[in-house]
Amino acid sequence: MANTTESNLPGDDVLEEPVPAMQQLLDNPFLLLFIGIAVPTVLYTIWGVMEIVNLPIAK
Amino acid sequence: MAVNRNFRTCPTTGLVFHEPAEKLMRWNAVVAVVALLVGGVLAIGVLLTRWQAVHLLQADLFYQFLTAHGLNMLVFWIIFFEMAILYFASSTLLRCRLATPALAWAGFWLMVVGALLNNYAVLRGDSSVMFTSYAPMGAHPTFYAGLILFAVGALIACFVFFGTLVVAKAERTYHGSVPLVTFGAITAAIIAVFTIATGAIILIPTLLWSLGLIEHIDSLMYRTIWWGFGHSSQQINVAAHVSVWYAGAAVVFGAKPMSEKVSRTAFLLYIFFLQLASAHHLLADPGLTSNWKIFNTSYAMYLAVLASMVHGLTVPGSIEVAQRLKGYNNGLFEWLRRAPWGNAPFVAVFISIVGFGFLGGISGVMMGTEQLNLIIHNTLYVPGHFHATVVIGTTLAFMGLTYFLIPVLFRRKVAFGNMATWQAYIFGISMSGFSVFMMGAGTLGAPRRHWDISFAGNPFGYEFPATAWLMIALMGIFGVGALVGGAMYLAITVYSVFLGEKIQTPDFATVSAKRGMAPAPQPVAVGATGHGAGVGAWGMVAPGTFVLALVFLTSFVLYYFVNWKYLSTVWPLK
Repeated sequence: MANTTESNLPGDDVLEEPVPAMQQLLDNPFLLLFIGIAVPTVLYTIWGVMEIVNLPIAK
Repeated sequence: MAVNRNFRTCPTTGLVFHEPAEKLMRWNAVVAVVALLVGGVLAIGVLLTRWQAVHLLQADLFYQFLTAHGLNMLVFWIIFFEMAILYFASSTLLRCRLATPALAWAGFWLMVVGALLNNYAVLRGDSSVMFTSYAPMGAHPTFYAGLILFAVGALIACFVFFGTLVVAKAERTYHGSVPLVTFGAITAAIIAVFTIATGAIILIPTLLWSLGLIEHIDSLMYRTIWWGFGHSSQQINVAAHVSVWYAGAAVVFGAKPMSEKVSRTAFLLYIFFLQLASAHHLLADPGLTSNWKIFNTSYAMYLAVLASMVHGLTVPGSIEVAQRLKGYNNGLFEWLRRAPWGNAPFVAVFISIVGFGFLGGISGVMMGTEQLNLIIHNTLYVPGHFHATVVIGTTLAFMGLTYFLIPVLFRRKVAFGNMATWQAYIFGISMSGFSVFMMGAGTLGAPRRHWDISFAGNPFGYEFPATAWLMIALMGIFGVGALVGGAMYLAITVYSVFLGEKIQTPDFATVSAKRGMAPAPQPVAVGATGHGAGVGAWGMVAPGTFVLALVFLTSFVLYYFVNWKYLSTVWPLK
């Protein structure tokens, strides 16, 4: 049985170095979520739908 | 409302389970196996009808079986199992409490009700529209309503997963970046959100159409948006089973990824590009331009393929490094010869990697090329391809994970001795043969969607080459082997979970952690502690894997160009 207290995690006292931009991207799941939805929505869904909508109607 | 902060630590692995998350993992896994059982029983009818010498079912029953088989296997079995993986990859690997367990249960029950409703619709007999359910072929409204409920439930589970990431960060249960397996699960969850949202966009109006509230659903519009759901749902699997590969390498060998940066970048390529491969289902459709088709498949999809090749290189590479560090450092392949070939999770993951890469991957690139797609479009090649990716790649990897989870999650011993290892061999090899011969028959023109491949009694008959019939017969034989392997998995899993010998853990105790983080587990022994310094040959830490990658590349190039040559013989192009 053990209760944890305020964190004394290893690494907390390590001097902070600037985090590279790529790692910031990879560490941000919500930014990744946005990208992962926006890219296929634009390139697959919207582009595809626009092509279908612009098809001339047969007479 | 009181927050449940009860955790238990697995005495064998040191993994930490939050009580509500553990229950959700168990329930999702059990329901997934039930869906696999239903889909597997239906597979008997589908296989024995496709096997022309038997041709068991009448047309209406065949399409009914095929519809339910596709949905139970491609959607319910896999996504329920993936939800268990999401909870494992967040709560357990980050050692934190699950966010909003009540909401997670609501999502789970929505998924169960949705799956039941959809199966009910197919069972009625008026919704035999197959997995693709192309409009204007209509199904009963409960068919679409079931899928929508299931999708909403799965979406809730995805957001519980994202919420759990927030909890872990806020309560500081990990430092730095999340583990690679969790990152893979994030990738799967992101693809799942796109998939489910796309499904809602098309299935809600289709439900209204089936109720008579909307007059018309455009078939091309339906197909285009539906494939954003139908194919992307299989891309969730790819991200999930690749995560399982990394987890398997870590669990069995104590292997560390060769390069975290490279592996994470490969997952990032999935996030950007994997869903775009949906377009390859529409390569033969008029109305969509070659610009759209070629960009989404031949350009964007290749970047996702690149990511799969990176994973296919780094997972065996990490295993090789771990084995060499253990002393199996002679020659190119001692590490592979001395691998634990009697260990069920390893065998399952190994065949999954090889089958997914050589059979599913190479064939996927071929059929994703607009010109080459014409050779095999809507032939048996297509189900041959996705049985290689989804069944050998995903299902077999999940089977391997099951053998790891039975003792860890259910605290029971895997029953029937070595049968689990035999199951992985029988299922993996049989399904590989099944996929290969199905693709072979498809290459020779055997159609995919028609009940009677021979078109007997039709005014415009077509004589397939005798080789096509041989391929179909071999497909049937290997398919029976796969059914035996699937039945073995179900027998082992169901018996172990409900009747298997309990693992006694005298010092077991659930503990309460105030700040969300469970007590530190006992250190787990790992085999590899570095990135392979001092091992390998020719200046490489994993030369064996490099040679295997060259074999793969050679196969890839040869197969690709053979198909271009074959295309030139299909039509008189002189």
